[in-house]
Amino acid sequence: MKKLLKRPGVQAFVASIICILLGLLIGYIVLLIINPQGATESIFKVIQNFFSSKRANLRLKNFGNTLTKTIPLIMCSLSILFAYKVGLFNIGAAGQYVAGACACLYAALGWGWSWLPCMLLAVVVAAIYGGIVGLLKAYCNVNEVISGIMLNWIGLYTANTILSNVKETASPYTLYLDKENPAALLPNIGLDKLFNNATVTIAVPLALIIAVAVEILLNKTRLGYELRATGLNKNAARYAGMAENRNIIMTLMISGALAGLGASMLYQTGYMRWECTQSSVPAMGFNGIAAAFLGGLNPIGSIFSSFFIQHITDGGSNVNTNFYSSQISDVISSVIIYLCGFVLFIKLTMNRMISRSEEKKGEKN
Amino acid sequence: MLLLIQYTLIFASVLLLVALGGCISEHSGIINLGLEGIMVVGALGGALVMSRLSYLPPAVMVLLSLLAAIALGMLYSCLLGVAAIHFKADQTLIGTAMNLLATAAATVFVKAMNTAANPDNHSSEIEYVTGRKMFIVNIDGFEFNWFMPLAIIAVVLVYLFLYKNKLGLRLMACGEHPQAAASVGINVFKMRWMGVLISGALAGLGGLCYILAGVSLWKFENGVAGFGFLALAVMIFGQWKPGRIAIAALLFGLFRALSNTYMGFPFLAALKLPSNIYNMMPYIVCLIVLAFTSKTSHAPKAEGIPYDKGTR
Repeated sequence: MKKLLKRPGVQAFVASIICILLGLLIGYIVLLIINPQGATESIFKVIQNFFSSKRANLRLKNFGNTLTKTIPLIMCSLSILFAYKVGLFNIGAAGQYVAGACACLYAALGWGWSWLPCMLLAVVVAAIYGGIVGLLKAYCNVNEVISGIMLNWIGLYTANTILSNVKETASPYTLYLDKENPAALLPNIGLDKLFNNATVTIAVPLALIIAVAVEILLNKTRLGYELRATGLNKNAARYAGMAENRNIIMTLMISGALAGLGASMLYQTGYMRWECTQSSVPAMGFNGIAAAFLGGLNPIGSIFSSFFIQHITDGGSNVNTNFYSSQISDVISSVIIYLCGFVLFIKLTMNRMISRSEEKKGEKN
Repeated sequence: MLLLIQYTLIFASVLLLVALGGCISEHSGIINLGLEGIMVVGALGGALVMSRLSYLPPAVMVLLSLLAAIALGMLYSCLLGVAAIHFKADQTLIGTAMNLLATAAATVFVKAMNTAANPDNHSSEIEYVTGRKMFIVNIDGFEFNWFMPLAIIAVVLVYLFLYKNKLGLRLMACGEHPQAAASVGINVFKMRWMGVLISGALAGLGGLCYILAGVSLWKFENGVAGFGFLALAVMIFGQWKPGRIAIAALLFGLFRALSNTYMGFPFLAALKLPSNIYNMMPYIVCLIVLAFTSKTSHAPKAEGIPYDKGTR
């Protein structure tokens, strides 16, 4: 048992579980304060999400919906954790996500491209958009958090302007992808039948493969080693002959590409349309921060944490809206992010407890 | 033109108050990225007082809503203080969490309150028509807001506090070299707490000022549209110095005001640019300005690094 607890992977897992439980507890307390009567039922609705649907058929379909939205979240959390490993807090992932969404939707609706070119365009545009943050950081020493936030807003208004050209005349939403250009929809490769849900696509296996690829890139390649070294100590990396400016720009470009790909993986399923009058940056990029940290900054971990975050976010729409609002799940996930700040402390406490009990054992022997 | 000046001054007041808050916090060594969230919470406090206690005499009500914004702002900033000062948490992460939490919690709270008052009302809006009037003096179409002089007073006070006061100089020492400060008997924890709490108070005020700028109804789902971060940019452009921050705030305020008033200028309206261009303007200007001013940064040396007694 103790040997198991010593392993860093297990520690990260335990710390994440503690964060989740505390986050849910605080969410429950908030519900209790608002109205004690339906609180227990509602918090279970949040945790259950699609399990609370009555018919098996519907359960499967709702599971598919959650899965479809988990995919971009996985990509965003990969984007954030990739940059974080290199010592950069890419809060601009939200804007890079917007850039990707704008590119793939315009290519699909405006130019009638098919799915793969649309997706690739989203990746390239988002990578360039992330590269701007990198350029500013590397050559002008601009804090990446501030430039990221500014670019989020610039991206949002730009996307609204550009996508207004391909929107429905009567509504602020972009045209239906499945009616205008079905070729731009991602192929289902049979998953739609499995889940009884047309929005489950090739994006699901693709995202899992990319998560593994990011893990390999970071830990098993020379580039990954250089990037991590730059993150640990910029000056030491330069002294060892690594091009630290190039590494910073490259990191943010890859990070942006991941976020942009995530956007393409959601908007090209036809599940969602872009609202050209939206006045806030889509929450996906910010939830990616929650998922990345909850997953212990590990690409494989972020698959599970992304699913969990999306699971409770969707579950939030099931609460009894006579008393509560669906934003309760935003409260829970932001509390979880806050608690993730204490992970270092939790791990430290765990190690201290282990070494203390070992000392006692040593005395007995 | 009058409208442009009015909006410039009021937005500059917001940015100034919040940027000064960020400035004090960073001088004590804590990066406060949660300013945006603190603004939302402060705005909520002020809006609640204004909508609930509007029957009070104007002076009392104004004072109470200011106090509510300050108190809630300080209370909320404790989240940063506890995590960053005592638990050595990543300050960027904590600030981001605070921003997300503030908007979500304020939305849940206001919706619950509205629904409790009227079961059919699921909006996240608070209205404060009478409350807003008490903050404003109308001079020939120019809406003078009491926050404008308040912001100027804040600059002077912060300047005196930081440079002409023992406490302020000690606080700044903790942001430059906390171990050296500790070696001469300064309590770094206390100083950093002071920095965080003052920034909470100022950001809370800034949040209240923001929702009073042009409207008398606020939808809390919308948060404060990145103003907390614009304020941080103002602070960086102002090189962490109160006087320069004031000038920077005016510049950014002007560009923000343009997006509200460009229709009033015939030559701008004639360009027929989409309104989104004007909405983007403050953020673009911010990026350009940062690109040119960040190279020679005068940031406090120890900002963002958790204080550890053992290191040197």
